[in-house]
Amino acid sequence: MSARREVLLWSAQRASAALLALCVTVHLATMIYAAHSGLSAAQILERTRGNLAWLGFYSVFLLAVVVHVPIGLRAVLAEWLGWRGASRDWLLAAFAAVLAWLGARAILGVFL
Amino acid sequence: MSMLQLRVWRGGPRGGEFQSFEVPRQASQSVLDVVTYIQRSLDPTLAYRFACRVGMCGSCAMTVNGVARWTCRTHVDQVCADGRLELKPLANLPVIRDLVADMREFFDKWARARGRFAGRRTRHDDFERVAPESEARRQVDAAIECIGCAVCYSSCDVVAWNPDYLGPAALNRAWTLLRDVRDDAQTERLRAVAGDAGCHACHTHLSCSERCPKHISPTAGIAGLKRAAAAAALWGEL
Repeated sequence: MSARREVLLWSAQRASAALLALCVTVHLATMIYAAHSGLSAAQILERTRGNLAWLGFYSVFLLAVVVHVPIGLRAVLAEWLGWRGASRDWLLAAFAAVLAWLGARAILGVFL
Repeated sequence: MSMLQLRVWRGGPRGGEFQSFEVPRQASQSVLDVVTYIQRSLDPTLAYRFACRVGMCGSCAMTVNGVARWTCRTHVDQVCADGRLELKPLANLPVIRDLVADMREFFDKWARARGRFAGRRTRHDDFERVAPESEARRQVDAAIECIGCAVCYSSCDVVAWNPDYLGPAALNRAWTLLRDVRDDAQTERLRAVAGDAGCHACHTHLSCSERCPKHISPTAGIAGLKRAAAAAALWGEL
C-alpha cells in the first residue's frame, strides 16, 4: 500500500477518534439521563422518532465507528498476528460493512 | 570484600545460556568495569564491545538487569541493590556472540529512512544562513546529539512487534533532516518514513525517550514526522 494511503488511513483514524470522544460523551450522558429520569421505552421512542437531530448525531457517531474500528484492528492484526496485505484489508472492509449495516439498523429502528 | 553475583548471557546466533560469575565489588565501579574484569581475570573468551569508556561512542550498550543501558556510564550502585547483575546483549537485534549484538539492521534502517543529508549547494556557493534561534534550528538542536548506541531501538516494543519498523533512532535522524532548511530531499524522506514501517507505527509508549542516555526524545521527533506526513498526504504531496 502506498505511503500516502497509509498516512490518510492514519489521519482518518485520529480524526474519527476525536469525533468519538465527543459522541461517546454525549451518548453516555443521554443514556444516564434516560435511565435516571425514569423514561419508559415508549417515551424514549416518542422523542427519537422523526427527530432529525438524533438521526444526524447517531449517523455521525456510526460513521466515526465504521472508520475508526477497522483501521485500529488493521494495526492489531499486523502487530499481533503479523497479518498484512490485501486479504486482511478485504476482510476489514467487509467487517466495516457489517458494522455499518448493524449500526444503520439500530439508528433507523428508533427513528422510523 | 563483598562480591557481585553475575549472570552473563553466553552464546551466538543459534542460542545460548546464562553463565554465572563472581566479581569483587569496588567503589565507583561501572558495569563495563565488571564485564572487563570477567574477560581479563575469569574468562578471556567473553565477547563484548566497547571503545571510549566515557559515553561518547555508544558501542558498549547492553541489557543490564532487563534495561538497555550504556555500561560505561552505569555505575553498579545505580542498578544493583541486591548484589546481583544480569547482563544480556541488546534486545531486538541479532546476536553475534555473547554480549555483542549485530548492528547492521539498525544502521541499514537509518539509510532506509533517508538519514543522509542532501544539500542543494556546492562548495562554490556561499554558506546558508540558519538563525540559531529559529524554531526549526531549535528542533534540530534538541534531537541532533544521537550517537547511534541503539538503546532506544532495543527498548522499543514496536520494533519487537514489527521487525520492519524503522525504529526511534532512524526516525529521529530523519526528523533532524526534515527540519534542516538546507536539505533538498524532504518529499522523498517523508515517503520513506511514512506508513506501517515508519513513524505511523509508533504507539507513543515513550520507552525510547525514557531510556535515551542523551536525553533526546525520539517520540517528539516521530510526532513531528507524523504531522508533516499527514499534511503532505492531505495536500497530495506524498
